[in-house]
Amino acid sequence: MDESFAKDPLSHQHFLTFVLRDECFGISISAVKEIIEYDNVTPIPLMPEFVKGVLNLRGEVVPVIDLSVRFNKAPTEIQKRTCIVILEIPFEEQTVTIGAVVDSVSEVMEINMETIEPAPTFGARIRAQFILGVVNTGDQFVILLRGERVLSVEEMTAVIENVVEK
Amino acid sequence: MDLTQARLLFIEEANSLLAVMESCLLEIESGDAEVAEHIDAIFRAAHTIKGSAGMFGFDPVVVFTHNVESVLDKVRSNELEMDAALINLMLDCQDHMAAMIRQLEDETVSIDLQQGAALIEQLHQYIQPQTEKAEPVKAMIHNSPAYWQLDIQYGDDVFRDGMDPLSQLNFLQTLGSIENVTALWAFPDNFDPESCYLHLKLDFASEASKQQIEDVFEFVQDSSTVVITAPQQIEQSLQNIPPSDEKLGTLLVSVGAVTERELQSALQVQQQLQQQSQKVQALGEVLVGQGAVSADAVAMALDKQKATEHKRPPDFQFLKVEARKLDELINLVGELVTAGASIDSLLQQIEHEPLQEAFGVLTGLLEQIRDGALGLRMVQVGESFSRLRRIVRDVSKELGKEIELVVSGADTELDKTMVEKLSDPLMHIVRNAVDHGIESKEMRLYKGKPAQGQLKLSACHESGSVVIEISDDGAGLNIERIRQKAIEKGIISADRELGKEEIFKLIFAPGFSTASAVTNLSGRGVGMDVVKRNIEELRGQIQIDSIPDKGTTFKIRLPLTLAIIDGFLVRIGDTHLVLPLNMVQECIEFADLHENERNYLDLRGEVLPFIKLKQLFNLKSDAKAKENIVVVQYGNHKAGLVVDQLQGELQAVIKPLSSMFKSLKGIGGYTILGSGNVGFILDIPQLVQFASTAENTACHPMS
Repeated sequence: MDESFAKDPLSHQHFLTFVLRDECFGISISAVKEIIEYDNVTPIPLMPEFVKGVLNLRGEVVPVIDLSVRFNKAPTEIQKRTCIVILEIPFEEQTVTIGAVVDSVSEVMEINMETIEPAPTFGARIRAQFILGVVNTGDQFVILLRGERVLSVEEMTAVIENVVEK
Repeated sequence: MDLTQARLLFIEEANSLLAVMESCLLEIESGDAEVAEHIDAIFRAAHTIKGSAGMFGFDPVVVFTHNVESVLDKVRSNELEMDAALINLMLDCQDHMAAMIRQLEDETVSIDLQQGAALIEQLHQYIQPQTEKAEPVKAMIHNSPAYWQLDIQYGDDVFRDGMDPLSQLNFLQTLGSIENVTALWAFPDNFDPESCYLHLKLDFASEASKQQIEDVFEFVQDSSTVVITAPQQIEQSLQNIPPSDEKLGTLLVSVGAVTERELQSALQVQQQLQQQSQKVQALGEVLVGQGAVSADAVAMALDKQKATEHKRPPDFQFLKVEARKLDELINLVGELVTAGASIDSLLQQIEHEPLQEAFGVLTGLLEQIRDGALGLRMVQVGESFSRLRRIVRDVSKELGKEIELVVSGADTELDKTMVEKLSDPLMHIVRNAVDHGIESKEMRLYKGKPAQGQLKLSACHESGSVVIEISDDGAGLNIERIRQKAIEKGIISADRELGKEEIFKLIFAPGFSTASAVTNLSGRGVGMDVVKRNIEELRGQIQIDSIPDKGTTFKIRLPLTLAIIDGFLVRIGDTHLVLPLNMVQECIEFADLHENERNYLDLRGEVLPFIKLKQLFNLKSDAKAKENIVVVQYGNHKAGLVVDQLQGELQAVIKPLSSMFKSLKGIGGYTILGSGNVGFILDIPQLVQFASTAENTACHPMS
């Protein structure tokens, strides 16, 4: 028998891990719709730096966010392995499709929820509320992100409003 | 079938029927309606609600509606008149029914049972007086007497049968008065004194029905020929009956133009003729041939029959479709248009004429499908307006004001969702106008205005947008009082100098209300800021114009928000922008002689202000590129937009801006271009406003 069938689905979850500025992050795959190559992103006028632009995803226009800028770091440099992770973020009882730019995607990992350590109160240099927890995979730490907070539509709307109104 | 869904369908159906009832009642009240037709529609609505409610076992609805229906039935059979009191009662009943339906939808809604009982009581008062059911024919004939034409060719055997023409005429006189009798006789050579040779033609004034008159001659009918022609009036009464799909004969009998006997004999003749000559003669022709009825009347009756083919009552004209299915269809059509555009851009690269021609045909069809699909979502603004009619009526009654509502352009079409979202703001404005705008009767007379106030609602298309105007002839906005109030509420500082328009805009500020007395109708100060927000959410604009003692006009300008528009594509650097084609006037080459000195130029003697989109949107572009100006016009405004390259027309599927970018001014949405790139659709009015605010801030940095 396949072992995974016996496991309690709540105790184990799958996370997509990706690299951003040499650090490894993870995000629950339940939010991930697909991963595409970075291409054809149309910049939007007057936007703050974290908004890369919009993307035509088979007829759907999807905003693309630079996660690195969102984490208060330098903008992502577009390279060969740069990807856009398409995520579905809950917002006002609906889901909004948003793309997040990452340096490269690594793998899908199964993580035992009990092994997740709480986020360090400081030191990660990312707002603590973005972090779900940290997990040690043996050779490195993976910071698990709370997608709905990292890409909070409400908060980003407010930031954009502030920038545009100036 | 899933019962909850059926239940929802019932509720929806009932609500739309109630809306029909309401608008019909209001139209009857205002006096500009075919009463009989409207009463039929009201009756049908009540009847359908009762029937469907019965199917679901919503007994209270059935019982109540049954009472309403009984009264309506009496109105229909002309036993009761639809007077002002009854209309009032019917409107109250309609409200009560609506409340009951709402309760089915949402159980927390409570209904006033006492009110329901009181209404039923009132309805019973109409039902109680059990008057005899009047003959419908009698009712059709009007009270004023008219001349019947009687042509009686007595048969030879009349005297031998013991009949006396004179006594018949005497009896005829009991039904009315005989005028102009002409006696014709032709005596044959073999004159027989016992035979009757009398041929009478007479005009007869009577209110009796044709049947009654015919009955007078019942005993001579076998031996004589009696032709009775109805007065014109009766034939004209055909005009007043609602179109019906009854048979021609039935129709004629029902108004009394033809009697049952005449119809039967005509039918016989028709049959005989058919057997003899294998030819079908129309019943109308036979009747005319027999002299039973005039050709005009037949033509008129036939018209009525035909009319039904086109003019079915509203409940047959519409097909209910789930909104979701419609949206899916429109989305698909949108994708189709985008796919078409990308094929088009590929075709431009290869030289293959037959292929291009074939694609041209496809494009034409595609455009038709697009327009058709979009048309499905369009509804007439009139739907919103009729709801306002009720509000004006109720509010003005409550306040004791006389207000005439003038509606124009109710057939202007607008996207369904827009119409829905518009109804609240319109309601607020109309309420305010009736409550605060139009003065009391005494005040109006004192000011020398007619006692009856006027409220105008109009809608029209104006260069790619829809303009809705609500204007009253009331007191107008009091500039000084608005200013005072705004200072009091701390909205503006006391020393600020404001222009007239800026002061008008203050009434849209949150928490602003000028009415000294807060009534339960309006004046809580929650209205106008919500109105403005709602309209801005629809990407619309609202303007006020007011002249003291002449009145106030609210002008709402809305985009058509079609899901797809004809656009004009331009490019600045790598950014593609789409302008609504119907706003584009012309394109001219731009020679920037006055670098940053001034932003206007001379367009054939006219001043044309222009916007450098590159600067406004902070876009990168190659400096060397030759620039062009696109001249756009909306309403009375003209402006130039400076862009790099003109790329021509396209069909653009509008995708709404993500909620994240709502604060972005001047851009109304995205579209996906044939190349797969994303283009931005410009919202011209908003863009011009944005540019002028930006310039103002730049010129007065301290304010």
